[in-house]
Amino acid sequence: MSATRDIAVVATAQSPAIRKDERRNEVEILMPVVHDLREKAGLTQEDIGFTVSGSCDYLQGQAFAFVTALDAIGPWPPIDESHVEMDGAWALYEAWTRLQYGDIDTALVYSFGKSSPGDIRRILTLQLDPYYLVPLWPDTIAMAALQARALLDSDGVTERDLAEVVARSRKNAKDNPNAQLKGDVDVEALLKEPEYLSPLRKHDCPPITDGAAAVILAAGDRAREVTDRPAWIRGIDHRIEPHSLGVRDLTDSPSTRKAAEEAGVGNGKVDIAELHAPFSHQEIILKRALGLGDDVNVNPSGGALASNAVMAAGLLRIIECADRIMSGQANRAVAHATSGPALQQNLVAVLEGDN
Amino acid sequence: MSVTEEEPQGTIVERPIRLDYDYTAGTAQSRFLKGIAQGKILGEKCPVCGKVYVGSRGSCPTDGVATGGEIEVPSKGTLTTFCVVNVQFAGQSVEVPYASGYILCDGADIPLMGLVQEVPIEEVRMGLRVEAVWADELGPTLNSIKYWKPTGEPDADYETYRHHL
Amino acid sequence: MEYTYTRSVGPVIERFFAGLGEHRMQGIKGSDGKVIVPPVEYDPFTGETLTEFVDVGDAGTVTTWAWVTDPRPGQPLDKPFAWALVKLDGADTGMLHAVDAGDQSKMSTGMRVRVRWTDDNVPDMGSIACFEPEAG
Repeated sequence: MSATRDIAVVATAQSPAIRKDERRNEVEILMPVVHDLREKAGLTQEDIGFTVSGSCDYLQGQAFAFVTALDAIGPWPPIDESHVEMDGAWALYEAWTRLQYGDIDTALVYSFGKSSPGDIRRILTLQLDPYYLVPLWPDTIAMAALQARALLDSDGVTERDLAEVVARSRKNAKDNPNAQLKGDVDVEALLKEPEYLSPLRKHDCPPITDGAAAVILAAGDRAREVTDRPAWIRGIDHRIEPHSLGVRDLTDSPSTRKAAEEAGVGNGKVDIAELHAPFSHQEIILKRALGLGDDVNVNPSGGALASNAVMAAGLLRIIECADRIMSGQANRAVAHATSGPALQQNLVAVLEGDN
Repeated sequence: MSVTEEEPQGTIVERPIRLDYDYTAGTAQSRFLKGIAQGKILGEKCPVCGKVYVGSRGSCPTDGVATGGEIEVPSKGTLTTFCVVNVQFAGQSVEVPYASGYILCDGADIPLMGLVQEVPIEEVRMGLRVEAVWADELGPTLNSIKYWKPTGEPDADYETYRHHL
Repeated sequence: MEYTYTRSVGPVIERFFAGLGEHRMQGIKGSDGKVIVPPVEYDPFTGETLTEFVDVGDAGTVTTWAWVTDPRPGQPLDKPFAWALVKLDGADTGMLHAVDAGDQSKMSTGMRVRVRWTDDNVPDMGSIACFEPEAG
């Protein structure tokens, strides 16, 4: 889609990722994040033109669970609001599209999810074909493992490569106060761990996380009023592949490649890339599909292997890029988000600071 | 094709789904349920608008801020609205016809939902003053309140609940 | 949270399921002539309505697999097994199912497997118990 308005991320907020929040429900986790966000931006809800959320009712086990989350926003006087049963990255895409109309200048995007109450592996099975697949109950780790073996069977990718992704992710996460799994881990030690769902080892899989994240988008001059260094969204696009694993090439991500072209990834030097790869082998596939060289700092936050609040993890990749641009640590970044089994659907955004 | 002709029914398959959850009520709801287990109905107050939410979820839905405090309200109040259920449905535990309604406890700003009993169906009405009949064994569940029955007081004035409809 | 969804399958899946009840595997020809198993109503790449059914074998090749040491509720086997994409003879795409190989060491990409049918003869996925290594 060709844009006419420059839209930027001008403020972000996130909750520290934890394995299981036994005290707080979703609204109680989300509310301080929304308050923190508005405070950082110096805006009230009245200043926001459009609000949109990304979450999944199945995680909570309640129909219309996303409606109760609005308690965290305080939608009075009545607000212009939307929701996607998707990761918050797609809610951001909707907000970005909405802002292109030109009649409003700000949008608030939030996402949240507690993966701990239900059996997340089983819940995600319900996204599969109900006729051919759901009766077999293949879980999300099984689907990823099938993709991982296809990759290992193909040219030049080894289990060591996967372990190196994990080690780098945990090491980077040490600098991220919000990350869940962090530390120095030795690649040899990782390779000695038993297989969990062959060929994946437990550390090749994402942690289970409860968390929330939110951003404020602003257009043009409004963005410059909110922050000195907006993280401009230079391009954003998302593409989807067929849902059946059997008709796809599992060693590649054509939807990521296409989204990257449309978003203009190749138009300049990439300093950092935040890739939503819940499984270690997926980082390898995505890096190739995005055409990123070894000079790019991949997942400086630790990525989804360090914390994986399902429904917020994709938005968090955009947040981690935006934060580093706004703080001046990076100038041009690529953020990626994924949805569906084994990288079926992919969103790519290119963010940049003013030079 | 005429309107009365039926299309042949194609194959239908069953897909049973079962998901188990370990539900966290959250800090506010936990406090409310603990109160219920002690035979008390507790509310929380919004620091901005001052409304008392009974069965609080920890937030004021209009102001988007955390509610707080522990305000006990009597288990007595006014029936603001109700409906009479005549249709049997799966999982229903009460015999039809029965009345279920919203009870605004004295001092609360939002009503609780409950069963209305010990009154003929045709006499159930808005403004009826009711009180809770608690179960013999109390626990952190709204099942601790079996139902609401008339107190015998004169009906509440419409003005006392018109803003809570 | 528990619910039994009743789903009407439509003519394409109905025909495939009827075949399963009769212990026959079928595929459907895609826009490019490639045989897709299990059949789909529309070509996954062109969106064209597909109609040409093709009989395929009930044995084929494993194109990728994963080993499950702890089966979960509802899965095809309650002992360790492999998930696999199986490209049946005559098909051009892999079908996802379980392989009762007994041990992880018996699994390999490229190995031949065959459908193990159930006696139910139901027009649904339940007619396939799983796959098993082809003898010999």
